[in-house]
Amino acid sequence: MKTLYTPLTRDELAWRVAQDMPDGAYVNLGIGLPTRVAQFVPNDREVVYHSENGLLGVGPPPKAGHEDPELVNAGKQMVTLLPGASIFEHTESFMMIRGGHIDIALLGAYQVAANGDLANWATDRERAAPAVGGAMDLAAGAKRVWVLMEHTNKDGSPRLLERCTYPLTAPHVVNRVYTNFAVIDIKDGFLVREILDGCSLDELAAMTGAPLLAAPDCRTLSRRPAPAGG
Amino acid sequence: MIDKRVASLSDAVAGIADGSTVCIGGFGDSGSPLALIAALIEQGARDLTVVSNNAGSGRGSGIASLLAAGRVRKIVCSFPRSEGSVVFEELYEAGKIELELVPQGTLSERMRAAAAGLAGFYTPTAAGTLLAEGKEQREFDGRTYVLERPIVADIALIAAERADRWGNLVYHSAARNFGPVMASCGKLSIVQTHEIVELGSIDPEIVVTPGIFVDRVVKVAR
Repeated sequence: MKTLYTPLTRDELAWRVAQDMPDGAYVNLGIGLPTRVAQFVPNDREVVYHSENGLLGVGPPPKAGHEDPELVNAGKQMVTLLPGASIFEHTESFMMIRGGHIDIALLGAYQVAANGDLANWATDRERAAPAVGGAMDLAAGAKRVWVLMEHTNKDGSPRLLERCTYPLTAPHVVNRVYTNFAVIDIKDGFLVREILDGCSLDELAAMTGAPLLAAPDCRTLSRRPAPAGG
Repeated sequence: MIDKRVASLSDAVAGIADGSTVCIGGFGDSGSPLALIAALIEQGARDLTVVSNNAGSGRGSGIASLLAAGRVRKIVCSFPRSEGSVVFEELYEAGKIELELVPQGTLSERMRAAAAGLAGFYTPTAAGTLLAEGKEQREFDGRTYVLERPIVADIALIAAERADRWGNLVYHSAARNFGPVMASCGKLSIVQTHEIVELGSIDPEIVVTPGIFVDRVVKVAR
């Protein structure tokens, strides 16, 4: 069957999440897709980005000639600090995370379950060493946990599931998932808020490992306008 | 008179015993005390337990070189597998290093608990996961928490931007990360710094690590 849709690119997904960043929010950016979100937040909002290694007020990557190799984000990529930024030590950074001071944690994931379970630190490959970083602290401590992920694995198998098959990062924590096909709230199951233009709910359900319910006001997934001149 | 300055890197790491638990500061390369790690390799202590956020990258320097030299029995770490962590991954897959994987906030809080004289703490982090297995889990106000015990460290190796002879420290940007908590939990805290200034010339308002937590300070080239 010929598909009539084009899934969001990674940058389009980051752009979509950025449109929902509330003015005044303190937002932790996890490794991977989430660090792309910062560049797309509308200019009329002040959103303060937190990096687990001890930064509030994280700005864009440095311009050539202004790099500071020690000023890095969670993914160890070089960043800048915006006016109003602050630097603090690790224990204080995780006080902010664990103590519920972070409004939104944006995290990547391997799997999310219909009950809000999150799996994003280990797979079932036994020999590879696991790594957890700040994921469990963020999942347990942030006021809201929003996940950014591809809707399926590369082989088409679902990552939104009835129950996670990988080890959990935290149970019952995910509030919302942004994928390259949909925006889905977790409220007694997967509730579809937005769906990709040209993709039917049945087609989305076929890519998803648990039942979907469409919200009464479910609409087309909004997409980044093409850059001017592009 | 208090003077925590030492003349050389070998003086800085003198006396670190085999079997020590060594906290090593840094988040990736940011804030990593590379000169002290190189001096520790030269000093020769072995059978070490290293406590650090990462397990090194590349082969030629830092924690990776300490692992490659075969000095580390166990690593207590939040994110051992990252870009370029080849030495750690080889040792781990060959069963030649023990890994205690600890969520990052729990890692720093366990060091803080040791520094603060606490027997432990209950955290919601890792409740209901594999990393809570074997630990006491207890409900408070309807939520499950995991009992975590302190990390008691013999040695802390950290990097600071500036110090005075009392061991007061300030750091550079995000290189601060684990420095303050590690300095406060190490029984012997050793600092490499780019600059040692006159006592009194660091504004007390901006001292990040008070000298009470620091034992040795050595100046290294930038």
